Amino acid sequence: MNYFEKDLTSLHDDLVAKRISVTDLVKATFDNIAATDPDLNAFLALNKDAALKKAAEMDEKGVDPDNILAGIPLAIKDNIVTKGLTTTAASKMLENFVPVYDATVVSTLNDKGVINVGKTNMDEFAMGGSTENSAFKTTKNAWDYTRVPGGSSGGSAAAVASGEVVAAFGSDTGGSIRQPSSFNGIVGMKPTYGRISRWGLIAFASSLDEIGPMTRTVKDNAILLSAVAGHDDHDLTTSTKEVPDFAAELNDQTSVKGMKIGLPKEFLGEGVDQEVKDAILAAADKYRELGATVDEVSLPHNKYGVAAYYIIASSEASSNLQRFDGIRYGHRSKDVKNLEDVYVNSRSEGFGDEVKRRIMLGTFSLSAGFYDAYFKKAAQVRTLIINDFQAVLKDHDFIMGPVAPTPAYKIGEEVSDPMTMYMNDILTIPVNLAGLPGMSIPAGFAKGMPVGMQLIGRPFDESTLYKAGYVFEQATDFHKQTPKQGGNN
Amino acid sequence: MASRIDQDQVQHVASLAKLSLNDDQLKYFTTQLDEIIGLFETLNEVDTEGIEPTSSVSDQINVMREDVADNWGQRDALLANAPESEKGYIRVPTIIDESEDE
Repeated sequence: MNYFEKDLTSLHDDLVAKRISVTDLVKATFDNIAATDPDLNAFLALNKDAALKKAAEMDEKGVDPDNILAGIPLAIKDNIVTKGLTTTAASKMLENFVPVYDATVVSTLNDKGVINVGKTNMDEFAMGGSTENSAFKTTKNAWDYTRVPGGSSGGSAAAVASGEVVAAFGSDTGGSIRQPSSFNGIVGMKPTYGRISRWGLIAFASSLDEIGPMTRTVKDNAILLSAVAGHDDHDLTTSTKEVPDFAAELNDQTSVKGMKIGLPKEFLGEGVDQEVKDAILAAADKYRELGATVDEVSLPHNKYGVAAYYIIASSEASSNLQRFDGIRYGHRSKDVKNLEDVYVNSRSEGFGDEVKRRIMLGTFSLSAGFYDAYFKKAAQVRTLIINDFQAVLKDHDFIMGPVAPTPAYKIGEEVSDPMTMYMNDILTIPVNLAGLPGMSIPAGFAKGMPVGMQLIGRPFDESTLYKAGYVFEQATDFHKQTPKQGGNN
Repeated sequence: MASRIDQDQVQHVASLAKLSLNDDQLKYFTTQLDEIIGLFETLNEVDTEGIEPTSSVSDQINVMREDVADNWGQRDALLANAPESEKGYIRVPTIIDESEDE
């Protein structure tokens, strides 16, 4: 199946008209994966038997013409639990973990007839920005196999960008959907905090984690967000706000005329690659041409986002990851003489370096004598970052800027230097701290690699981002450019 | 520059977090954590006098629900994930360290 020529709408039409059966579509998807994945390494586990069984049942029953997702094969990031299918969060700690329930997003997708083809690679427990922190394999960038796919949802991004699947789900705590989407030239949405249930998402930093769709087009992304968003009694941080049919608002009449867009000067500052800046400035001109106004705005506390984030996220992680104790599930060390050894040796063997680093940073930030100086201070700075966004979004419909300061870098280039890795998140992290929706869409190329533009909106106003993204996509052809087989661009 | 965290403190933090570090790891993490804590200290430039800390950005506050027990009927599947189990129980090693009694 050539997914570069298909989207959810055309696949649905093919299935309804019986130009292809669900079984053949699923088989073709596994053929794509068999051809590409031995080199790309996007997948950690395939769900072949269950997927083909479900496909046969759907063919038997017939595809519902009113359900656009019926029979569509998708991939799921490996920190989202899937009943009966190994879910590892790319950690040795969970190497043999088989969940006994489905995450709410997974059960919702299953009920809508989506077929899960497999679990995608990621940075261990979603901690990282290159997928190099996976305990199992190194995923490549779909455009250049010597470069990182970004992270932590690098497997999902590479699987979509390489045409293995039409769409995938990822999670985003500090940029983990948007940055790999940017690095691979696809569309990735981190919705508003509370828009999608995280029940069944292996918790990293609970006040920041969000699940979202990764697709090749804005419309496909909008379809998937509407499908999985909404209140869930199992995740009481989910909002009871009504979920719009986002895709229904995207058509020939969709326009940005009269919209006010803010372009923060801090987003084009020092450390941002010149070609990335050029792509974003060209995108600003495109929006002006399309009838919007773009003004320079300021987010004065943006530069403190990375420090505040790594205190808050690490603190929450140190608490969330206490559950991995070697007793009920997960890795248990064989080298134990007593209960303390079970805890200490299991955790020391099961966690990778980045996870240990964050657990220690969090433990330090929350420890007696340091709490006020670090955790409380970061939580106060978080308030100032939220206030900055509110001030700009009061009289702007949305904010635009780059997703990441640079395009995808070489595998092995930065992984040994955590500080550099952390600073790369400077443009995505503040959006998580503020709980706002943020989307990456293809907006050009730098050094031959894709550059993503980030659109940031008001809480629960993904609708404006989809409209603005759709209009930009219709007016440009960046999303139509595809990587060459084997990543030899 | 004065160090912000030393090896003893890193060892203490690791023990609080139930992690063990060998000498090489201790050196490696101390250098890195020191550098990252230096980044954290840039927050001291920000005047946060009177600013309320933010701990959640959810629009839901203190949602209550009934406390109802729900039997998922999945004991065997749950136990299958336990590293060791016996007769429907999770098995753990002897809790008392007998080596210290000698």
